[in-house]
Amino acid sequence: MTISIDTTHAATSKGMRARERRRRLIMGGIFLGAALFIWFVFVANITPGAVTRFLMNPGGASTETADWVFSSGFALNAIAGVLALLGVFQVVRGFGKLTNGILAAVAILFLFGFLTWATSGGQTNLAGLLRVMVVRAVPLTLGALSGILCERSGVVNIGIEGMMLTGAFVSTVFASLSDNLWIGMLSGIIAGGVMGLIHAVLSIKYKINQIISGTVINIFATGITSYLSSKFLQKTAYQFLNEPGMFPQVEIPILSKIPFIGPILFHHNIYVYAMIILVFFLTFMLFKTRWGLRVRAVGEHPKAADTLGINVFKTRYMAVILGGMMAGFAGTYFTLGSSGRFDEVMTAGRGFIGLAAMIFGNYNPIGSMGAGLLFGFFDSLSVKASLLQVPLPSEFLGMVPYLATIIVLAGVVGKGHIPAADGEPYEKE
Amino acid sequence: MAPVLELRGITKRFPGVLANDHINLTVEKGEIHALLGENGAGKTTLMNILYGLYHPDEGEILVNGNITAIKSPIDAIKAGIGMVHQHFMLVPVFTVTENVMLGEEFTKYGGVLDRAKAAQKVQEISDKYNLNIDPNAFIKDMPVGLQQRVEIIKLLFREANILIMDEPTAVLTPQEVIELFKIMQTLIDQGKSIIFITHKLGEVLESAKKITVIRGGKVVGSTDPKTATMNELANMMVGREVSLEVDKEIQKTGEIVLEVRDLKVLDPRGGVAVDEINFEVRAGEVLGIAGVQGNGQTELVRSLTGLLPAIDGTVLLSGQDITHSNPRQITELGTAHIPEDRQKDGLVLGLPISDNLVLNTYYLKPYSNGIWLDQKVIIETGEKLVKSFDIRTPSVFTPASSLSGGNQQKIIVAREFSRPIKLLIASQPTRGLDVGSIEYIHNRLLAKRDEGCAVLLVSTELDEVMQLSDRIAVLYRGKIISILDAKTASKEQLGLLMAGIIGETEKVSR
Amino acid sequence: MSPEKPQELKKNGLAIFWEEFSRSNFTVIFLAIFTGIFLGGVLVAATTPEVYDAFKVSFFSGIGKAFTTAINTYGALITGAIGNPQKIQAAFASGDALLIRRAINPFFESLVQTTPYIFAGLSVALGFRVGLFNIGAEGQIYIGALTGVWAGYAIPGLPPIIHIPVAMLCGALGGALWGFVPGLLKAKTGAHEVITTIMMNYIAFRLSDWLLKGPMADPNEVTPKTPWILPSAELPQLFEAPIRFHIGFFIALLVAFLVYLLLFKTTWGMELRMVGSNTNAAQYAGINVTSRTVIAMVLAGGLAGLAGANEVLGINHRLIPAFSSGYGFDSIALALLGKSHPLGVVLSALLFGFLRNGARSMQLTVGVPTDIVSILQALILAFIAAPAIIRTIYRLKTPNQNEDIVSLRSWKG
Repeated sequence: MTISIDTTHAATSKGMRARERRRRLIMGGIFLGAALFIWFVFVANITPGAVTRFLMNPGGASTETADWVFSSGFALNAIAGVLALLGVFQVVRGFGKLTNGILAAVAILFLFGFLTWATSGGQTNLAGLLRVMVVRAVPLTLGALSGILCERSGVVNIGIEGMMLTGAFVSTVFASLSDNLWIGMLSGIIAGGVMGLIHAVLSIKYKINQIISGTVINIFATGITSYLSSKFLQKTAYQFLNEPGMFPQVEIPILSKIPFIGPILFHHNIYVYAMIILVFFLTFMLFKTRWGLRVRAVGEHPKAADTLGINVFKTRYMAVILGGMMAGFAGTYFTLGSSGRFDEVMTAGRGFIGLAAMIFGNYNPIGSMGAGLLFGFFDSLSVKASLLQVPLPSEFLGMVPYLATIIVLAGVVGKGHIPAADGEPYEKE
Repeated sequence: MAPVLELRGITKRFPGVLANDHINLTVEKGEIHALLGENGAGKTTLMNILYGLYHPDEGEILVNGNITAIKSPIDAIKAGIGMVHQHFMLVPVFTVTENVMLGEEFTKYGGVLDRAKAAQKVQEISDKYNLNIDPNAFIKDMPVGLQQRVEIIKLLFREANILIMDEPTAVLTPQEVIELFKIMQTLIDQGKSIIFITHKLGEVLESAKKITVIRGGKVVGSTDPKTATMNELANMMVGREVSLEVDKEIQKTGEIVLEVRDLKVLDPRGGVAVDEINFEVRAGEVLGIAGVQGNGQTELVRSLTGLLPAIDGTVLLSGQDITHSNPRQITELGTAHIPEDRQKDGLVLGLPISDNLVLNTYYLKPYSNGIWLDQKVIIETGEKLVKSFDIRTPSVFTPASSLSGGNQQKIIVAREFSRPIKLLIASQPTRGLDVGSIEYIHNRLLAKRDEGCAVLLVSTELDEVMQLSDRIAVLYRGKIISILDAKTASKEQLGLLMAGIIGETEKVSR
Repeated sequence: MSPEKPQELKKNGLAIFWEEFSRSNFTVIFLAIFTGIFLGGVLVAATTPEVYDAFKVSFFSGIGKAFTTAINTYGALITGAIGNPQKIQAAFASGDALLIRRAINPFFESLVQTTPYIFAGLSVALGFRVGLFNIGAEGQIYIGALTGVWAGYAIPGLPPIIHIPVAMLCGALGGALWGFVPGLLKAKTGAHEVITTIMMNYIAFRLSDWLLKGPMADPNEVTPKTPWILPSAELPQLFEAPIRFHIGFFIALLVAFLVYLLLFKTTWGMELRMVGSNTNAAQYAGINVTSRTVIAMVLAGGLAGLAGANEVLGINHRLIPAFSSGYGFDSIALALLGKSHPLGVVLSALLFGFLRNGARSMQLTVGVPTDIVSILQALILAFIAAPAIIRTIYRLKTPNQNEDIVSLRSWKG
C-alpha cells in the first residue's frame, strides 16, 4: 500500500508554476516594451547626429572630471538592443531568482535612455542630478524603514507623516534651546517614539482600527506642530526657538575623491550615511537575529508566537515605538539636515511617499532604499525638468512615485508578500 | 511513582457558561490518554488551561507530583507540557528550523541566530523519532501531515514530556492518521506521555490506553479501551441512550434533479480540487458525499452553487445547464445551499435576523419592488419564520451575531427551506452544533427529502452520512471513487474507500 | 444607537437613568467631544505665557488665569461661529440691513463651511458602510473642483437652471472617476484602497498644479488660477454681501437624505451594506461584490467631487491652488463621529463647520491659531474610535452591544 500523501503539495506547486510562468511572460513583455518604447519614442525623436553631454561633477563643468559626451542615437540604440535581448531571454528562459535584480537593471537602463534622449542636443549635470537623488531619498527611505519596523510586526502605520513632523518640530526647538544639534536630534527621535507609543496604545491596547489610529496621529501632529509653530516659532519674539542650525557636510576621506562617484555618495551630511548604515543594520536585525525572527513571527502569525511564549504585545509595542523613533529621526532630517528651521507642514507628504517606498520595496529595507532612490531620482529630475531639452512638466515627473506604487499594488509585476497579520489587532483569548 | 500529570478540581467559568466543572484527570508516564467528548464539552478549554492560555478559577495542576502554577505557555513549556494545536501554529513563510526554534532560539554573539546549529538539532530529533523532516524546507511548501510533524518537533525540541494533541486527526487523510498513530507509539516508547483529544470513537479505541469522557464540562467517566464498546462510549459522551440510527422511510425516487458530468474545479491556489467527477441526485433521495476533509468537498459545493467557476464539465439542474451560472441564477432555479461555514458565508452577522432571513430573496417580491425595500413585509416574514423554525431570539431586530451557533444555523435553514426548492445542497450542516440542534436539522433535512426534494449532503462525519443518505459517494482526492447503496454499505468498507483503497466489489459504478 | 429596552422594575429613576446613560453610545460621543474640548482648553492655557506669569503670583491666580484664557478662547470661537449676540441685537435695533447682515454673517459663514463637510463626510461614510476606507476624499475634492470649474467657465450659453446642475454633475463625475480607479483596483486585484487612494490624492494635487499653470490657467493672471466661472454656473446666494451663504447647503442636505434612502431603503443599499459587513455572505447571496465595490467607490468619489464643485461654484467662483485645505482628511474623523450614518454626518459636519469658521475669527481676536481645531478633531476621533478610553475616564459601564464603529475589510482585501 504505497499511497503518496503528497496530493495537495503537487497540486499547489502546479498552480505556482502556472503563476511563475505568467509572471515570467509579463516581465519579459515589460522588458521588450521598454526596448520598443526607446526605439519608437526616443530614437525617433532625436536629431540625427545629436550628442548628449553629461556633466560629471555636481558643481558644474570642471577640469577634474571631464564631461561625458556621446552620440545620443548610438547610445539609445545600444540600450534598446540590450533591453530587447534581456526581454527575449526572459520570455524564452526566464531569469528565475535574478528577475527582480534584472528588473531593477532594466529600470536603470531605461531611465538612462530617457536622460540621454532628454539631454540630446544639450547638456545635463548628471552628477548633480544623482547627488540630489541621494539626498532626496533620505527622508523617503527612513520613512519606509519606519513603516517596515511597524508592519513587519503586524501594525499598519500610515502615521509616518505625522511622526516625522513631530520629530522635525521637537528637534528644532531643542536644538535651538540647547544650541546642540545632537541633543536636537535625540529629542526628535524621542518625540517620534512617543508618537509611536500613542499609535501602539491606540492600536494594540485599544485595538482601534490601525488606519484610524494612524489618521489620528497625522491630524494631531499636523495640528499641534502648526499650532505651536504659529503661536511661537513664527513670531519674532520667539525666533530663538527656530534657529537650530544644521549638520555640516562631512567628506569621507579618500572615498570622496573618487571621480563622479565620490561627490555623489561621499560628500554629504550625516543623514545620507545614516540612511545607508540603518538600511543594512535593519536588514541584519530583521533577518539574522533573534529579535528579528520574533518580530516577523508576530507579524505573520501572532498566535503561533504567543503559544511559544513570545509576548506579542510587548514585541509589537517595541517595534512600533522603534518605528516611531525612526520616523522621528527622519523628521529631524528636514530641520537639522536640510533647511535649518521649522516650517508648518514642512514634510509635505514625504511620509506617504515613504509608505509607498516601503510597499514598492516589498517590506524590505534594501528594496525600500532602492525605491527611495528611484523616487528621489524623479524628485530630483522634476526640479531640473525645465532644463531638459524636452517639454515635460515637472508635475508629471512628480507623479511617478505614486503611479509606480499603484502599479506595484495592482500586482502587474507580481505580488510581494505582505506580512500575514498586518493590520489585524491581536486578540488574546 | 507519582503520575506525570494530575489535574485536581479544575473549574473554569466563562460569562454564562461553566466550561469546566471540577475536572480531575490523571496521566501516567508512557500512556496515551484519550480525552473524549463532543464539541463544546470543554475539552479544549481544559487543555488551554493546562497549556497556560486560560487561567482556571479553581483547582490545581500537579506535574510529577508537584503542584505547578501554569500562568503562561512559558510555564507550561518549563513544566514539560507541549501542545499540538488543532489549527497549526506555524508561520508559513518560515523554514522548519525557524518555526521550531522560535521562542527558544539558538544564538551566538548574544542575539545572532545560529540557524545551522538549530537545524542540526531538528535533524537529530527528526531522525530519532523517524519523522522524516527537512529542517530547511519552508512550511508553506509542505503537506498538512508533515506540518503536523513539525508541530511535534517543536515540542520535542523543548523537551516536552507531556504532549497534548487537540483533534490531531481532523485534517489528516486515513493514511496520515495511520502514520500519526505510529509516531505516537514511537513517542510513547521513548517515555513520553500523550493526551489525545478527540470526538472520534473509533480512533480512541484504536490508539488509547486509557479513556476519560467529559460532557458539559464534567468528567462523566473513565474506561479502558480494551473493554469498552463504541455504543457505551457514545452514550457516555452524549448522556442518554442514543440510537445511532435515524428512522427514515423508504422513498421512491423521482427524476434526476442534479446531474454532474466530468466536473473539474481548481482550488484558489491553482491545484486540481475536483477532478472530473460524475454523479446525479434524484428527487426524493439523499446523496451523501463522504470523505476526509480537504478532498475537494469545499470546491465541489462552491462550484455547484456558482461561487467557484468550473474549468471543465457540465452541471445540469433539471436538465438546464447551470455550469457557468452565477449564485443568484442558481438560487432562483430552486437551489438551497447550507454553506460549510455559516458565519463566513451564510450570515451577515452585523445585520438583524430579519435581514438575514431574506439574504438572498430581498430583491424579490414581496420584499421589494425591485428598487425600494418593503421593511414591513421583511419584518413580518422574519417574525413568522422565527416562530415556525423555533429560532431563540429576543426579537427579529437582534443582530445575528448575538445568537448561539445552533440558532444561527436555524436562521439559514429557515431561510433556505422556506422558499420553494427542488435541490438542497447541505455542506457540514451540523458542524459544531449541540445534539439537540443536530437532531432538529437532521429531521428537517429528511422532511425535505420526503417532500420530494433532491438532497446533496456533504459531510466529513461518516456517521451522519450513513444515517441520512440513500446513496453514498466517496470523494477522495477530488475524485468520486465509488458510489454505494447506504443500506448495504458498511462503515469499514467506507473507511477503506475514504482512505483511497478500492476493493474488488466497488469499482466505480454509476 | 441601542433601541430602548424595558427596564427591570424596582429601580429608582436615577439609577435607571444612569444605567441607560452609561451604556449609551450617545453618552460616549458627547463625552468624547467634551473631553476633546476640555483638553484643547488645557493646551491653550498651557501655551499662553500670561498663565505662567499668573502662576508666579499664586497657584490660584494661575488656575484662574488658565480658566479665563480657555473660556475666552472658546468664547471667541463660539462668537466667531454664530455671531456676537450683542452685535446682533444692536444691529437689529439700528435697522440697518448691512449691519444686520454683518452681524449674522458668522452663523451663515459656518453653514458655508459646513457644506463641503457634509458632502465629503457622506463620501467617507458611504465607503465605511461598504467596508472601504476612502482616504482619497481630498483628491476627489480637487478633481471635482477641477471638472466643476471647467464646466463652469467653458460651457457658455446655458441658463442657470441647466448650467448649475451640469457643472455640479461634472464635479461629481470627476470625483467619481477618481474613486473609480481605486475601486476597480480593489475589486480586481485586491490592491488596498487606503494606499491607492492616498496615492491618488497626490496624483490629483500634481495634476491640479499642472492644469492651473497650463491648460486651465487664466491667461490674464500671473499666478496660477483658472478663469472666473460664468454667472450662469454660480450657485445662487440667498443674501447680499457679505453673506456668502448659497443653496449648496440645501443641496448637501438633499444629497444626505438621498444617501440615507439609498443605503437603508433600497435593495442596492442592502447589497452595499451586505458587501460592507461580509463579502463572502454577499457573494453567497448572489451579489456581485466586484461591481458593488466599484460602484461604492464611484459613489464615494462622486460625493467628494460634489464637495469640490460646491466650493468653486458657490464660493470661490474660480479655482486657485491648495483651495481645499483638508476637508477630505477632516471628513474621516467626521464620518466616524457621525457613525457613518447620513444624519450623523450632517450633525458632525455642522460641528466641524462651526468649529472651523469660529476658529478663524478666534485667531484674529484672541490670537489662538486655527490649528487648535485639528487638535480637537484628532482628540475627538481618538476618543470616538477607542470608546474604552472614555469609559475608563468616566467609569461608565460596558455597552450592551459591541462598539466597533466600522467594520472594514481585511487589510489584504
